[in-house]
Amino acid sequence: MAVEVRVPTILRSFTGGEKQVAASGASLQAVIADLDAAYPGIAERLVDDSGLRRFVNIYLNDEDVRFLDGLQTPIGDSDSITILPAVAGG
Amino acid sequence: MRYESLLDSVGRTPLVGLPALSPSPDVRLWAKLEDRNPTGSVKDRAALAMVEQAEKDGLLHPGATLLEPTSGNTGISLAMVAKQRGYRLVCVMPENTSVERAQLLRMWGAEIISSPAAGGSNEAVRVAKELAAEHPDWVMLYQYGNAANALAHFDTTGPELLADLPTITHFVAGLGTTGTLMGVGRYFREAKPDVAIVAAEPRYGELVYGLRNLDEGFVPELYDAALLTTRFSVGPRDAVRRMRELLEREGIFAGVSTGAILHAALGVAAKEVNAGRPADIAFIVCDGGWKYLSTGAYEGGLDEAEAALDGQLWA
Repeated sequence: MAVEVRVPTILRSFTGGEKQVAASGASLQAVIADLDAAYPGIAERLVDDSGLRRFVNIYLNDEDVRFLDGLQTPIGDSDSITILPAVAGG
Repeated sequence: MRYESLLDSVGRTPLVGLPALSPSPDVRLWAKLEDRNPTGSVKDRAALAMVEQAEKDGLLHPGATLLEPTSGNTGISLAMVAKQRGYRLVCVMPENTSVERAQLLRMWGAEIISSPAAGGSNEAVRVAKELAAEHPDWVMLYQYGNAANALAHFDTTGPELLADLPTITHFVAGLGTTGTLMGVGRYFREAKPDVAIVAAEPRYGELVYGLRNLDEGFVPELYDAALLTTRFSVGPRDAVRRMRELLEREGIFAGVSTGAILHAALGVAAKEVNAGRPADIAFIVCDGGWKYLSTGAYEGGLDEAEAALDGQLWA
């Protein structure tokens, strides 16, 4: 299953400057593993031993995956994934 | 209604139904009109509460200088309160905010120090922290970590919502400092725990996320994810589209961030309709549209409005 993954500026050094890349996997964890196979090193910037890194937000169809099933969130074919760094609002 | 002073009139805002935008008679949307506060935004509640708490704590004396990183509304609210109370206010504001915000801040007597556009409010926070270290006599209320910010909503916004809408099932608000969601969320956890607390987070253009590395990210000290049911990211296109629908169909002239919140509220409403569940969904109208007229958000097609907001801190 291929999904579109939107990559923030700060991680495009891994994707050769691409803003949006394709990846596949039945769960977010599998998608991240697939990304890392294509763009080695990117997974380590997104997750650590405890799960998603503190300043990384990942959205599945605009919903924060931390409120879904985290790294175990199931991913479907027409889904889109957006990765963003956490920034201040207000 | 009569009040002893302008500051006494903060809060107790109207909650109005949205008969045209509500998807069914059983799934209803309600707008809490925070633009009816003295400076026209929800931030009056937090600003007043933070200043009053600092006064109680003995941190402020006549002529004291307040310092605050702000993308606008909190600064405008603090400027009004500070002027009434005889304090000086220095705001650190990102340069990619609307021109009206700076004009309003100066009008209420605040001094503005600009922070770089790249990095958005993160940079404003960083610059303000540096200034605080250089000026130990200045008082930084620090909306992102000040418990009085969330407490204002625990004490006022939450109880007002429950009093006006005892059948409330969902509360939707913007996620910035997180103060509104944390305070109202904590209130409902005690008063009516089955109310879902939904965050709508603005998704800005790339410039705003221009950090040098991921360790420079920022999560407000007030934030407690356990108080939220879910969290949506809303981009400028959906925010502008909903903001225009709110004006067109309900006559409510709101700012862009309210459009983002309405987008999340309508998503929640659609889910409840599909599930066949009745719902009363209350959301925050953060401010009116006046401060955003110059951004181009109200004119032309959606493509033009989206392009005009790119790189702006529109919420």
